[in-house]
Amino acid sequence: MKVFFQFLKRFYKGNPAAVFGSLIVASMILLSAGAGFIAENEPNKRVARGHQPPSAELLLGSTRAGKDVFSQVLHGGRISLLVAFSAALITTVIAVCIGVSAGYFGGRVDEFLMALTNVVLVFPQLPLLIILAAFVGQVGPLMIALIIGLSSWAWGARVIRSQTLAIRNKEFVLAAEVMGESRLRIIFVEILPNLTSIVFGGAMGTCIYALMAEAGLEFLGLGDPTIITWGTMLFWAQSNSAFIVGAWWDIVIPGLAIAMVGGGLALLNMSIDQIANPKLRTGGYLKRWRELKLAVDKKRGLA
Amino acid sequence: MSQSQHFEGGTQSPEPADSFGVIEVNDLVIDFPIDAALLNRRYLRAVNHVSFKLVAGQALAIVGESGSGKSTCARALTRLYKPASGSLRLDGLDINDPTQGLSRIELARQIQMIFQDPFSSLNPIHTVGHHLHRPFKLHRPELSEGEFTDKIHETLARVGLSPPELIANKYPHELSGGQRQRLAIARAISTGARFILADEPISMLDVSIRLGILNLMADMKSDGIGFLYITHDIATARYFAEETAVMYVGHMVEWGDSDSVTQNPRHPYTQLLIDAVPEVGRARTKKSVSRGKSQIPLWTADSKGCPFADRCPLVEDRCRTEMPSLTQVANNHFARCFALDDSEKIDTKQVK
Amino acid sequence: MSGVLLQIKNLCVDYVTDAGTARAVNDVSFNIAAGETIGLAGESGCGKSTLAFAITNLHSAPALISEGSILFEGRDVLCMPDDELRRFRWAEASMVFQSAMNALNPVITIGEQLIDVILAHNAVSYEEAYGRAESSLELVGIHPSRMQSYAHQLSGGMRQRVVIAIALILRPKLIVMDEPTTALDVVVEREIMDQLYELKAELGFAILFISHDLGLMGEITDRIGVMYAGNLVEMGTTSGLLASPQHPYTQGLLASFPTIHGPKTRLEGIPGNPLNLLEIPEGCYFQDRCNKKTDECLLRQPELIPLQKQPSHQVACVEVTGL
Repeated sequence: MKVFFQFLKRFYKGNPAAVFGSLIVASMILLSAGAGFIAENEPNKRVARGHQPPSAELLLGSTRAGKDVFSQVLHGGRISLLVAFSAALITTVIAVCIGVSAGYFGGRVDEFLMALTNVVLVFPQLPLLIILAAFVGQVGPLMIALIIGLSSWAWGARVIRSQTLAIRNKEFVLAAEVMGESRLRIIFVEILPNLTSIVFGGAMGTCIYALMAEAGLEFLGLGDPTIITWGTMLFWAQSNSAFIVGAWWDIVIPGLAIAMVGGGLALLNMSIDQIANPKLRTGGYLKRWRELKLAVDKKRGLA
Repeated sequence: MSQSQHFEGGTQSPEPADSFGVIEVNDLVIDFPIDAALLNRRYLRAVNHVSFKLVAGQALAIVGESGSGKSTCARALTRLYKPASGSLRLDGLDINDPTQGLSRIELARQIQMIFQDPFSSLNPIHTVGHHLHRPFKLHRPELSEGEFTDKIHETLARVGLSPPELIANKYPHELSGGQRQRLAIARAISTGARFILADEPISMLDVSIRLGILNLMADMKSDGIGFLYITHDIATARYFAEETAVMYVGHMVEWGDSDSVTQNPRHPYTQLLIDAVPEVGRARTKKSVSRGKSQIPLWTADSKGCPFADRCPLVEDRCRTEMPSLTQVANNHFARCFALDDSEKIDTKQVK
Repeated sequence: MSGVLLQIKNLCVDYVTDAGTARAVNDVSFNIAAGETIGLAGESGCGKSTLAFAITNLHSAPALISEGSILFEGRDVLCMPDDELRRFRWAEASMVFQSAMNALNPVITIGEQLIDVILAHNAVSYEEAYGRAESSLELVGIHPSRMQSYAHQLSGGMRQRVVIAIALILRPKLIVMDEPTTALDVVVEREIMDQLYELKAELGFAILFISHDLGLMGEITDRIGVMYAGNLVEMGTTSGLLASPQHPYTQGLLASFPTIHGPKTRLEGIPGNPLNLLEIPEGCYFQDRCNKKTDECLLRQPELIPLQKQPSHQVACVEVTGL
């Protein structure tokens, strides 16, 4: 536990990207989770006339069908975020299993798994998603999460495999083998913990991708329009020509929600890079160094 | 103190009370694939009919440059590489035959290894204590948790990492290079191993720290642990090991008592090696003996003759086609070279 | 002063970190005469590499050359504007780095790398540059046909020769060599050192030879300086320093090399661990590891002072000089 808090401190100190990213994502999650308490109106209930602009009663206006946009964006957020996180989870689990096995066992196992990965990698993902979705019919969010999860693990698997290879030949792994440790234990206790930053970064990248892909599919009409998510909000706004008639809030709000979560996750991703590679850091000692360098250059007549 | 016996005159250390404690390697051959072809795959012969013996309580140094096959020999003893032919026996039991009673755990209890890079041989996410806890947990399961902690502290103190209570909670990056290597030695002896294979244990350490580690290893020798000391530095080989073997391109070209081999080298390669070492106070009077910048040959199963033929100042025609036979140069000093006195040759089947 | 090529005066280099500022080079001063070979000995963390990089003003964040001057033929390198610095680098002073594989560009041929250096400094035709590059390779003992080879196609020793060729190609007056043979096998190291000896005799450049191997240094250098934790603790002629080292660190360092031909006795090295530059003690930096320490040593840092009987031999130790 103590180690965890120390890690958090190190993570956030002098790292504005991490702070902002975490704040944005955390607030979106909390808002969505508390949708039932925060939003007064039911998301599917008609509470006003169509396309009412934002006002004191309807914070973010109403849709064409007269439903509360504020309530919809919060409730929809639950499902959108859930889909994004579950897809990321599925992808990460598969990528880790395949990547680590290929990297650790090598030989035939590696060749087979990499052949499989390469095939999945070259599949064009969005067309695949569209075709699968169209094939299955109108797919609900669960199906979407599954489809995204099962088709986007290939890149992560490659990255994890190369990192595993780099670690596997390190001498502490050899030492563990010579010590008599079992292979499973070596994978889980010695190798995997060294992969956390890469796995985490990959998971966040997949989150962003899954969020966009889900919104994309539903926007194209391939999702279930009766379920309210950010993507279906966009779908309805589009089919009701919201932008053309001037009801910008119908489109902008769900779009903004997606953009904010995506942006927050991207910031978090960037901040992990800064931890992994200290040379990318922007705060702290660099500022002091620049001040000192300026002073020294002045003394030497260079500044 | 028995340590002084190792340094003067090269006398033998007293016989260990336990009559076991011998590793015998006979005629070891290890091949590595050069390419990934399915048919007619070519193999590099990294170790070429090498034989040696390790005795608990004594050290054997294998000296050679990169590509000589010395590290491969050591790793073969931990089953990291499978030999193409030849035998490796621990107290008479075949190491590569699990049916003879040497499971992975059993082997780990007898033979351990320490590596060259003190940083990458420790897992950066585990504490010092955890590194020692695992070998005790695996190999002494009958002990209780409290006894583990005692043993860990005892071992840390024994390798010179004091105070043990403080150090046990540190991470590898908080230790210096020398301290990390001491931890690696501690980890190796925690299993109760009687043999430690040290693969260039000091070459990545600061110069002033190296002797501390070598002296620690010498103390372990007095406690009855046998060492295989792999190095490229023949001076430390002489300092630490009773016996020294010189390897070139997978062949053992000269071996025997350390003092005899280093003071009176008979094989041209050993002479080249010793001449190349800079020594404080020894002025360089002549140019290097080496005939030039030829590459180290790529040795396969079909290669013939002596591997040093291309660079040897004493080369004859037969050196390129025949492997030189064994010559006994002195008591416990052997070499393989045609240029040595023919009358000293002995039967090639005889192992030292 | 005629004959003095490089004057390092009171040089201080700091590393700015989150945990504080570490002084990697602490008030170091010494001179290099034209054609002289100076050795700089010390272990990891002593500041010798930092000093080497400072000579051609190569440092970037978080390193900072905070004080002192480096006078090359009278001009302060640290005060040079960018264009003058560009002309100075490599034409007057060049560097040979430790790991040739890191110093050579893996995706262009070695010939191209040599030619790049020539063309960057001299306005000559490509053909002429090619010819000069070929003769440069011959100078270091590589056949000119290897101009078209890539770095990974050469052996370790040959790569290091290429790096030396690149350093020599503009005939600089000073070459800084940072552990040039540490990563090489001992036989290859011997060949490189012999080659270096020949080149030095032929071309007459000055060398700053940085290494931890005192034996190696003893063969090629005229004078040796020993550094510990950023301080220059001893400086003298090679023969004088190796025959009779005065500073306890130098003595300990020399006693850390087991010999092949000498008597076999138990050596001790130097007890303790290298100094953490973020936690420097009051007084002499070597105090925790010194066997001759007195109370004086805990009070202040000793200065580098010439010995009375041998003014060319300087020592920074209270016990030796009494100051």
